[in-house]
Amino acid sequence: MEWYLPPIWAAIIGLAVAMYIVLDGFDLGIGITFPFARDEAERDQMMRSIAPFWDGNETWLVLGGAGLFVAFPRAYAVIMPALYLPVIVMLLALVFRGIAFEFRVVSHSKSGWSQAFFAGSIVATVAQGVILGNLIQGIAVKDGGYTGGSFDWANPFALLCGLALIAGYGLLGATWLTMKTDGPVATRARQQAKYFLPAVLIFMAAVSLWTPLTEARIAARWFSLPNFYYLWPVPSVTALIAFATWRGIVTGREALPFLGAIGLFMLGYLGLVISNFPYLVPPSLTVWDTAAAPSSQTFMLIGTLVLLPFVLGYIVLIYWLFRGKVHAGDSYH
Amino acid sequence: MDFDPVLLARLQFAFTIIFHIIFPTFTIGLSAYIATLGALWLRTGQDRYRFLMQFWVKIFAVSFAMGVVSGIVLSYQIGTNWSRFSVVAGNVLGPLLGYEVLAAFFLEATFLGILLFGINRVPRWLYVVSAAVVAVGTTISAFWILAANSWMQTPAGFEMRDGVAFPTDWFAVVFNPSFPYRFAHMLNAAYLTTGFVVLAVGARFLATGRHIAEGRTMLRMAIGLTAVLAPLQLIIGDQHGLNTLKHQPIKIAAMEAHWDGALPADFEIFAWPDEHDGFNRYSVSIPKAGSLVLTHRMNGLIPGLLSVPEKDRPPVKVVFFSFRIMLAMGFFMIAAALLGAFFWWRGTLFETTWYLRAMAQTWWVGFVAVIAGWVTTESGRQPWIIYNILRTADANSPVPGATVAGTLALFIVAYGIVFSFGIYYINRLINKGPDGPDSGGSGAHFSGNPMSAARDGTAG
Ligand code: HDD
Ligand code: HEM
Ligand code: HEM
Repeated sequence: MEWYLPPIWAAIIGLAVAMYIVLDGFDLGIGITFPFARDEAERDQMMRSIAPFWDGNETWLVLGGAGLFVAFPRAYAVIMPALYLPVIVMLLALVFRGIAFEFRVVSHSKSGWSQAFFAGSIVATVAQGVILGNLIQGIAVKDGGYTGGSFDWANPFALLCGLALIAGYGLLGATWLTMKTDGPVATRARQQAKYFLPAVLIFMAAVSLWTPLTEARIAARWFSLPNFYYLWPVPSVTALIAFATWRGIVTGREALPFLGAIGLFMLGYLGLVISNFPYLVPPSLTVWDTAAAPSSQTFMLIGTLVLLPFVLGYIVLIYWLFRGKVHAGDSYH
Repeated sequence: MDFDPVLLARLQFAFTIIFHIIFPTFTIGLSAYIATLGALWLRTGQDRYRFLMQFWVKIFAVSFAMGVVSGIVLSYQIGTNWSRFSVVAGNVLGPLLGYEVLAAFFLEATFLGILLFGINRVPRWLYVVSAAVVAVGTTISAFWILAANSWMQTPAGFEMRDGVAFPTDWFAVVFNPSFPYRFAHMLNAAYLTTGFVVLAVGARFLATGRHIAEGRTMLRMAIGLTAVLAPLQLIIGDQHGLNTLKHQPIKIAAMEAHWDGALPADFEIFAWPDEHDGFNRYSVSIPKAGSLVLTHRMNGLIPGLLSVPEKDRPPVKVVFFSFRIMLAMGFFMIAAALLGAFFWWRGTLFETTWYLRAMAQTWWVGFVAVIAGWVTTESGRQPWIIYNILRTADANSPVPGATVAGTLALFIVAYGIVFSFGIYYINRLINKGPDGPDSGGSGAHFSGNPMSAARDGTAG
């Protein structure tokens, strides 16, 4: 058996999800801070800083979903029905958010679509947090199919994760604006980052305490010896990065806060991976239980190895083409 | 309350995918048109091509956004609505969709950024190349998704083990028997549909006496294209049908409402198929014409619906009528395009006002044909989701009917809003027309609408 294919695929999907969280995270975060802008001209400036990128950013979500379908169809077939409502609500929220980019500029009154952009961003964020929370907590499975009800996803921990993600994406969005805009928009974003960062740390602490307290398997993963010796750097590095991010925000650094926010996200993500690997649908299905046929995983792996470098290449190209700050008063696009 | 989850899942999927296909149909054709205009602009240096290109890019931006968001919904719905199907077909269909994402979606999304925002940032040639890359991306995307759909119609290159499909020959999976026909037919449909939109917009400008130069260019380009592609679609469609007769004969029987396989098939111009008693009411038909088209012999026989039990038949009325709607649109398009070509040849195209007025109203014919075509294809596959392998009734997710009904209602409301605004905005962009020397105010909008200003070349 090609036992190594499923972990490779788990890594690829993990990469896609990480890319999605960071990239769409900052543009969802901008939607979250939308109501605090003074007027539509400022919102123009905020939107311009992400307009060339958002479609590509969201494509990572498609890759994450399609990747799950490609590599782990049985996990896909359990997770999607289990999280039916949050997934559909997230998709609908993304519909309104996505069309707001174009509709906002062609409509006579921008404020309506600005509100749609805000509402879409915040609902999608909470829904993603809920999805994440349920994946950490586990899903009821019997005979390879979902056995729970339509509303099992609505539990306190998942809602906590939803709020946590608002803070997290808010931090990414605010630090992105700090880096990519100037004038009042950038100044306000720096202020907002000062609130988002502590909130993120509190939520990270809450999740880190809650999961080992309620899930014995996660407690065992972190606190048994010798795991503990290998794993203690994770929280320590997180603390260091948090400190550097804070310094970056208050001392007026441009790129450091954004990079720091990405670092925090990656460490939080790493923590979740450590807690749950090799489960894809905890606590019952592992990456091996749910894997597609080796022939399918291989066929797609070849394509991925060939195509992914190109994809990354032209993503770098577009961020490079649209480098530099977006100024107040530049017209849209 | 008692909801049938399978029926609701089908309704929801049909609704969201019909909504989605409207936009790919248009963006596949339009991106190719925009790239062509860009190439003409580079070659000739004439500004009217640039104005036209910029005009269509704005419309493209709005429709592409709707295509993207509705597509993202679909990619997740395969799991949310059809989880048992996902398990059976995942090994085969997963990689096809995966290739679509990696080979097409990232390409489109990235170069779209350059196409919409890059005109002042990148050299001309790179701008036009980006337009071409977007067009190629949409075509690659059609390639993979149609391979997936065709495999569901005519599965090949796999074996079933414990009720799950395992691929044995990837080439046979991708190039399954109906794929080449479906790809050619759909791609041509996209170009035709867009051609008729361009034709209608050009005719609208000429009929109302605005943007004359651009209107003439559009009219000539569109008629030149559709006069070739509309007849071609008939030929491709005919071949497609012959191929379907080989692989899905009962679907053809439903398309023709042909009940008794022992008799030659008439071509029903109109009929009301009676699915209960197995014959056609109120039939107006051309005797034996169905056999002639499908077997090329007067008395050729094709299988009839009565040869399979009722539970193995597709919904005859749906298939029969949607097929007829597509044919009507197809023949209308042939007539309209050839008539335009005739006026052009006579040199009276721009003066024949009744023709221009009529054509200005017909932007929608292609969309109706495409939707009708898909309804024919997909409903004709029933009761199977994977033809002869998996029944639709065994494919849905373990989600209660009420939940599906609730989200279906949400989709209808949300898409209703999105669609109404989208159409309204696109119509307004069209009415505003391209900027150009005779647009009657090429400087005026710079102060007013920031978007057109930016896309015209003042953005920093
Ligand atoms: C014949 C072509 C065709 C067909 C049959 C479909 N699509 Fe589509 N799709 C496209 C042609 C296309 C496109 C031309 O590539 C789009 C349309 C407009 C656009 O923005 O890109 C697109 C966009 C699009 C996107 C957004 C891509 C992005 O993020 O940029 C997704 C996820 C899907 N589609 C998925 C699907 C699924 C799951 C389908 C069937 C069940 C489907 N499409 C049918
Ligand atoms: C006028 C002659 C036409 C003929 C004879 C024809 C024939 C067919 C046939 C037989 C099918 C069903 C194939 C199957 O399910 O196996 C089909 C499907 C379809 N048709 Fe047509 N068609 C014609 C015109 C058009 C036009 C004008 C359009 C759009 C502009 C169109 C768009 C489609 C689409 C989108 C499908 C579904 C996808 C597919 O199966 O290819 N057709 N057509
Ligand atoms: C974009 C063009 C398409 C259109 C307009 C379309 C339309 C439809 C319609 C009307 C139905 C409902 C048929 C019925 O229940 O009677 C349906 C069903 C379905 N189609 Fe398609 N379809 C398209 C492409 C695809 C593709 C590319 C796939 C898969 C890769 C697909 C997969 C399905 C599935 C899973 C169902 C549900 C099962 C069923 O009811 O048949 N479709 N589609």
